[in-house]
Amino acid sequence: MTWQGWAEIALTLSLAVAIGWPLGVFLSRVWNGEKTFLDPVMRPVEGLFYKACGVDPSKSQSWHAYALALLAFNLIGFVFVYAVLRLQGVLPLNPQGFPGLSGHLAFNTAISFITNTNWQSYAGETTMSTLSQMLVLTVQNFVSAATGATVAAALARAFVANRGEGVGNFWADLVRTTLYLLLPLAFVVAVVLAALGLPQTLAAGVTAHTLEGAEQKISLYAVASQEAIKMLGINGGGIFNANSAHPFENPTPLTNLITAISINTLGWAAFFAFGRTVLAKKDVRALVIAAFVLLFAGAVGVYATETQAPPAQVAAQVDTSANMEGKEVRFGAPATAAWVAMTTGASNGSVNGKHSSLMPLGGGIAMFLMQLGEILPGGIGSGVAIMVVMALLSVFVAGLMVGRTPEYLGKKVEAREIQFSILAVVIIPLSMLGFSGIAAVLPEALKGLMHSGPHGLSEILYAYVSGTANNGSAFAGLTANAPWWNVTLGIAMAMGRFMPIVAVLAIAGSLVTKPKLAPTAGTLPTDGGLFIGLLIGVILILGGLQFFPAMALGPIVEHFQALDAVAALR
Amino acid sequence: MLSHLRPALVSMGLFTVLLGLAYPLAVTGVAQAAFPNQANGSLIRDADGKVVGSALIGQVFAKPEYFHGRPSAAGAGYDASASSGSNMGPLNETLIARLKTDAAALRAENPGVAIPADAVTTSGSGLDPDISPANARFQAPRVAGARGVPEKDVTALIDAQVQQPLLGFIGQPRVNVLALNRALDARYPPLASQKDG
Repeated sequence: MTWQGWAEIALTLSLAVAIGWPLGVFLSRVWNGEKTFLDPVMRPVEGLFYKACGVDPSKSQSWHAYALALLAFNLIGFVFVYAVLRLQGVLPLNPQGFPGLSGHLAFNTAISFITNTNWQSYAGETTMSTLSQMLVLTVQNFVSAATGATVAAALARAFVANRGEGVGNFWADLVRTTLYLLLPLAFVVAVVLAALGLPQTLAAGVTAHTLEGAEQKISLYAVASQEAIKMLGINGGGIFNANSAHPFENPTPLTNLITAISINTLGWAAFFAFGRTVLAKKDVRALVIAAFVLLFAGAVGVYATETQAPPAQVAAQVDTSANMEGKEVRFGAPATAAWVAMTTGASNGSVNGKHSSLMPLGGGIAMFLMQLGEILPGGIGSGVAIMVVMALLSVFVAGLMVGRTPEYLGKKVEAREIQFSILAVVIIPLSMLGFSGIAAVLPEALKGLMHSGPHGLSEILYAYVSGTANNGSAFAGLTANAPWWNVTLGIAMAMGRFMPIVAVLAIAGSLVTKPKLAPTAGTLPTDGGLFIGLLIGVILILGGLQFFPAMALGPIVEHFQALDAVAALR
Repeated sequence: MLSHLRPALVSMGLFTVLLGLAYPLAVTGVAQAAFPNQANGSLIRDADGKVVGSALIGQVFAKPEYFHGRPSAAGAGYDASASSGSNMGPLNETLIARLKTDAAALRAENPGVAIPADAVTTSGSGLDPDISPANARFQAPRVAGARGVPEKDVTALIDAQVQQPLLGFIGQPRVNVLALNRALDARYPPLASQKDG
């Protein structure tokens, strides 16, 4: 480890928070329908949406109606993506001449992209036409991100209201988040990335004649436009198989810095937007500190494991200062470590190096950060929403200890809120461990594994953890393009997305009707160090303990095997 | 639910036109007009205008007179239409055997010099255009010998091609293999073509 590495990690993680703050203020204005500098351009477009859809954006919906609208929108999205992918072969703008996708792959991919997961059972440059990349995948990169943001907007309104009724209008939240925040920001970032070397063309590729006289076929796409929203929307599905390790998605340390910041910055922005909307900036600052501490610890942990001596490099008697299998020379250990933490702490799932080739505990930390429920800072809005659920559970635990009815941000936390909070977080271990347990003994599932032993178990566990958490990264030795994996991962992604969303909206529906209370002497302060400690404890116990047995059989035992192997070689 | 289907359907249609067509096509228009070189893949052409590769994408070098890139797991090696890493875990036996074999070959070529890790490991993309400066210097004696030029001249060429981290700490020092080999060809043509010429 070097001071340069530490500085790079600290700068990357901190800049994401720093940039997220003003963006969060802006997002809050967008949610509240306040004036923004984009009004002259976007107001007419926004009005067109409402008119064509036949909705009244000022009509606040009950939580039921809000949730149903959200589910209907996602259902239509699923059908559309599925249809286009199946029909790809006969649709235009397919210079690659790729055929339509199989039923189970189209099912998996459609769920993957509507749920903001972007798990990819396919390799982009050998499967997807230019049309499919643009018309369905890019679109879902935007609207699945906006869907997550609507949940935080609704929850924020529930905390603001004093004996209110509605939680806001889903269509207004969806359209406004997309038009005012995501689209303009993605356009700017896309143009910057194109200037820095990302291709942006409708051509399928070129054939080069190399210096040694061989032919090299180079795939091209409209990369920059999709890359920008892939990162900003916390989606993570790459144009190319190698994702952000591919030099066309991430050619230089500067593009790496910009895209890494983009992974986290709108997740943080949603935290700050929530805080401004609820008028609880200090309480949200506590949430941000708790999340940042855990995220930073994760990045430091991965940097430590990736600068351990890797068994293969020890055996070959080459330099062992960094584990370079699966890493790009331009990024090295620090930039890869920062990325691993940021992409798994958020529900992004893009990779700038191979997670399967990380040292055992490096891969373990990646899994652990996803198991915490994607709250560091998670997806745009979906992250802060689950973090608030964690905060509700924390004040509940504290309330039990002192025997008082807990409150959070001026709202009494009672049985209904806690029931739905548990519902929101229980799906995570249920799906992750349930599916992994079945797959570990099913020959049909085991056929897809590249490794046996602990690393093979990690391949299974990582897949369901990533799918359920809507992350999308993988231990990619797993061949997931088979009916068992495509179908079960599709179900895991849908459960991991929509069950917490509906539970959070139910909490919002319950909180919105309650009176807003002023804090009293008996209220547990939720903006100080004590609460931050309590919150971190609840997150680690919920996330850590229930996965420990599974992790012990995967990355942890593999870690001791690696230590053994290195000791024997030396 | 049914009352929500109309806005769902209509908004999805409008989003598709705006985000799936207008947005990528607008970015394409701007990029093609303002940065045509980058937008078309940073292609490098020889004197006749023939494409020899992309400045961002590694390619196979196996001849002794060229600097070699890293081992590649993309297709048969540096297949830029099938990017991939090896995905091998840290204790994978195939990985350990491969590193041992490759390191033994390098050690025979340049005995007594420490072998940089990137010389025997595959990258995440399989298309890594770069090698570490240490890896380039490790190969300098072989390249100098094959071209019949003093090693210090080759080393000087490497030093001129090293790209340093941004602000000294963002990214890693590196050498673009294709750029280095093109500089080499321009300055010190291979022995074979000297005879031809």
